[in-house]
Amino acid sequence: MTEILYGVFVGPFRDMAGSPAFLVEVLLGGVATGLMYSLVALGFVLIFKASGVFNFAQGVMVLFAALTLVGLMERGVPVAVALVMTMAVMVGLAFLIERVVLRPLVNQEAIILFMATIGLNFFLEGFGEMVWGANVKKLDVGIPDRSFIVAGVQINQLEMSAAATAAVLVAILAVFFQRTRIGRALRAVADDHEAALSIGIPLKTIWLIVWSVAGLVAIVAGIMWGAKSGVQFSLSLVALKALPVLILGGFTSVPGAIVGGLIVGVGEKLGEVYWGPLVGGAIENWFAYVIALVFLLFRPQGLFGERIIERV
Amino acid sequence: MSALVEIREVSKAFGGVQAVTRVSLDVTKGEIVSVIGPNGAGKTTVLNMVSGFYHPDTGRIALEGRDVTDLAPSRIAELGVARTFQNIALFRGMTVLDNLMLGRHVHMKSGVLSSFLYWGLAQKEEVRHRRRVEDIIDFLKIQDLRTRPTGSLAYGLQKRVELGRALALDPKVLLLDEPMGGMNQEEKEDMARFILDVNEEWGTTIILIEHDMGVVMDISDRVAVLDMGQKIAEGTPDEVRANPAVIKAYLGEPKASAKEARRG
Repeated sequence: MTEILYGVFVGPFRDMAGSPAFLVEVLLGGVATGLMYSLVALGFVLIFKASGVFNFAQGVMVLFAALTLVGLMERGVPVAVALVMTMAVMVGLAFLIERVVLRPLVNQEAIILFMATIGLNFFLEGFGEMVWGANVKKLDVGIPDRSFIVAGVQINQLEMSAAATAAVLVAILAVFFQRTRIGRALRAVADDHEAALSIGIPLKTIWLIVWSVAGLVAIVAGIMWGAKSGVQFSLSLVALKALPVLILGGFTSVPGAIVGGLIVGVGEKLGEVYWGPLVGGAIENWFAYVIALVFLLFRPQGLFGERIIERV
Repeated sequence: MSALVEIREVSKAFGGVQAVTRVSLDVTKGEIVSVIGPNGAGKTTVLNMVSGFYHPDTGRIALEGRDVTDLAPSRIAELGVARTFQNIALFRGMTVLDNLMLGRHVHMKSGVLSSFLYWGLAQKEEVRHRRRVEDIIDFLKIQDLRTRPTGSLAYGLQKRVELGRALALDPKVLLLDEPMGGMNQEEKEDMARFILDVNEEWGTTIILIEHDMGVVMDISDRVAVLDMGQKIAEGTPDEVRANPAVIKAYLGEPKASAKEARRG
């Protein structure tokens, strides 16, 4: 009994204190993974905020973006051109989604729109496989996957570049949302559709913009994950990890998606390294869901989400 | 073509319910026109058609001689028609200032790309519009509410902010759906004063729906009466007050009065 208590409450912390450099490494690894979760979660939040649609297909959009990029590069298109083309594809996709999926379903219940995005999910998965093939592809963005050592801490160059890119993207989005006219219009649409229409904000344009931005975020997320673990269909499963991140951060909060991602990323790395051996490892796979469950019980609106009180 | 707003024989049905039947109404520039009628008479439906939220099944609506019957609500707002809602549609999570600045949306030019160059042109534009918004804030006497989230305001103040947001559009036509609904006497008087001042100072044409007959008769140039989706009377407040069809719609047939019902 004392052994278990020691293993849970004392041992891990002694290990942490014993080797601070290793702890920093673990933390950095957690931050890097966490930011990538944040990126995927961000795509969800953007769309959910502006249109109230929970976009089940966000994970597949990440995959689709990465597939398109790799597919183009495999056919000899230079990286920069391929990137621009991928962006065009994602914006085009947003345009099509607004036209074909959202517009005919306007004013339908949220669950119907949600189901439409499940359909979109399967369509994109099948379409991506048809066009680009189902084999695992290697995505080389020109950043070497090697490590260097700073003050005794081993740092992975690829992970750090990914983290930095994610941080910059998140900062740009935050400024865009809070400080610009279009950002303000996006928040307005998220707040009240009718009121937004009444002051001349066209919903269709706003939807096109959010889905495009979500598509662009998907590209960045796709590149990050793809460079790390290859572009393959399991990439869309990253979206599953974004779900606990959203529950933690709140579905409507951009900062929430970021903080939630970091908590999940760092938490599961720490858990895996220090507490994992107690239960034979693989904590990483379920840690996020346990946190999400706890949150659902005690704080269902998440850390930053708006508490929704329906008047009856 | 002298009318600013022309409503010509519009009809609208929801499923099997005929909400509005062949209603026509002309509103001249600078007028305050009230639309009254019992609950379910189709008043809000008419307003929703003018602002583009509903499209009439038949008939047409023109603004300054231009057909706007099938335009989207956001387009109609761009053309200078602002409105408020019966149940208040504010951006509840945002501040009073943000709500009013959003009212300037149609007058702002900066798009997605130039928004990213915020610190340049877009900011200058922002300052210019902020000045107009401050005018409106002064006009409505809500200076101390600027940074309050609108969801936290008292009901009467929410109505006032919603009016402010509509005014921020610098509209040619202002559509007010029960601007005094749920207000106490003092708040009603304030609101009536604001409506008259807007009309006088900026020459804004106003179409409003209101249940308080006292207010309606006081501030309106003309009154249109709807009952069961049809227009049954139109004229100056005095004409309407004396119209037998209006009395009947509001009070019912004389022989069905409570006294006689009891006797029978």
